[in-house]
Amino acid sequence: MDAAQFLTIFISAVFLYNVILSRFLGLCSFVAISKETKPALAMSLSVMFVTTMSSIITWLIYRFLLIPFGLTYLRTISFILVIATFVQFVEMVIRKISPPMYRFFGIYLPLITVNCAVLGVAVLNSDMFFIQGKAVPGSFVYSIFQGVCVGLGYTLAMLLMSGIRERLDLCHVPKAVKDFPLAFIIASIMSLSFLGFNGFRF
Amino acid sequence: MKKFIHEFLRGIIKENPTFVLVLGLCPTLAVSVSVINGIGMGIAASFVLLGSNIIISLIKKIVPGRIRIPCYIVVIATFVTITEMAMKAYSPPLNRALGIYVPLIVVNCIVLGRAEAYASKATVMNSLFDGLGMGVGFTLALILISAIREFLGAGKLLGFTLFKGFEPVFVLGMPSGALLVIGLLLGFFNVLKNRKV
Repeated sequence: MDAAQFLTIFISAVFLYNVILSRFLGLCSFVAISKETKPALAMSLSVMFVTTMSSIITWLIYRFLLIPFGLTYLRTISFILVIATFVQFVEMVIRKISPPMYRFFGIYLPLITVNCAVLGVAVLNSDMFFIQGKAVPGSFVYSIFQGVCVGLGYTLAMLLMSGIRERLDLCHVPKAVKDFPLAFIIASIMSLSFLGFNGFRF
Repeated sequence: MKKFIHEFLRGIIKENPTFVLVLGLCPTLAVSVSVINGIGMGIAASFVLLGSNIIISLIKKIVPGRIRIPCYIVVIATFVTITEMAMKAYSPPLNRALGIYVPLIVVNCIVLGRAEAYASKATVMNSLFDGLGMGVGFTLALILISAIREFLGAGKLLGFTLFKGFEPVFVLGMPSGALLVIGLLLGFFNVLKNRKV
């Protein structure tokens, strides 16, 4: 565990391999909810919370349940079930303790269950921080940190996109590319500029 | 029989999952670097779609309404696990190329979308043909996108170099190229749709 490793995880999760613009995870919610900044921010924060928590939970399950019993092939099925249950649970808790917060976040939580970013982080963590069925030293902290960073990357892309689309509302756009197609073309240009972080090799 | 053909064809053109319903784009964009990857992903997703549609339409009466989504997810995840294991055993290079996008078929909106919107209400045979049609539609869309990207981005098709001295547009092989191609294709299909109406 050293600072360089954390920096690598941070830079690669937020900029180099941004969940949305480079890995294409959580693209559906990215296009659907990025029309205005406020909902986009609410969605991003919910995603960040869920990716962090699910990194913790899935690491524990992978390390103490799946590996000792040789059940790693059940990874997909157990991760998605745990994430779905967890999201449902959080939704119930928020509804009970804080109705205003529920109005802010509530509608986005069920969507997160089937957000590829969340399962994607869990699968990535178990691919990256477990080598041949053994946890890399410090893998628990790395996993959590990667969860947070992926959430940050998602938030960054979401905020940039919603800012652009809010301004775009005032422009005249050809009918054929209105909404979805234009969102993808903008995302393409954003992705191109994010490519700059990678360095150009021609 | 005519009805089944109708179910089958609907998924290919009228309700094409990628271009009309705009579902399941994550794997579409990520793996469409080469046609081989596109076909592999298409077949894997079609298998999952077909299997889950059949099982879900079989169990639709015994699953209580409130917990139907978790039940559907378990069914889908089972088929994804089968696909993943089969792919690891029979085609390790493809499995490496598709990487984390194989387990991510679980959260592909097309599969859960068809389960919820169609298979949970329809008969087994109808669901079977619906799953087949959607799968073929998805595969065709993947082939189209990946053919454009592989041809313009690498100057190849199915791994064979087509023209000598063709200067490829590297950007199309990169993530931003995928987003650009899908954006332009969606716009193109919008034009076609508007013209028909």
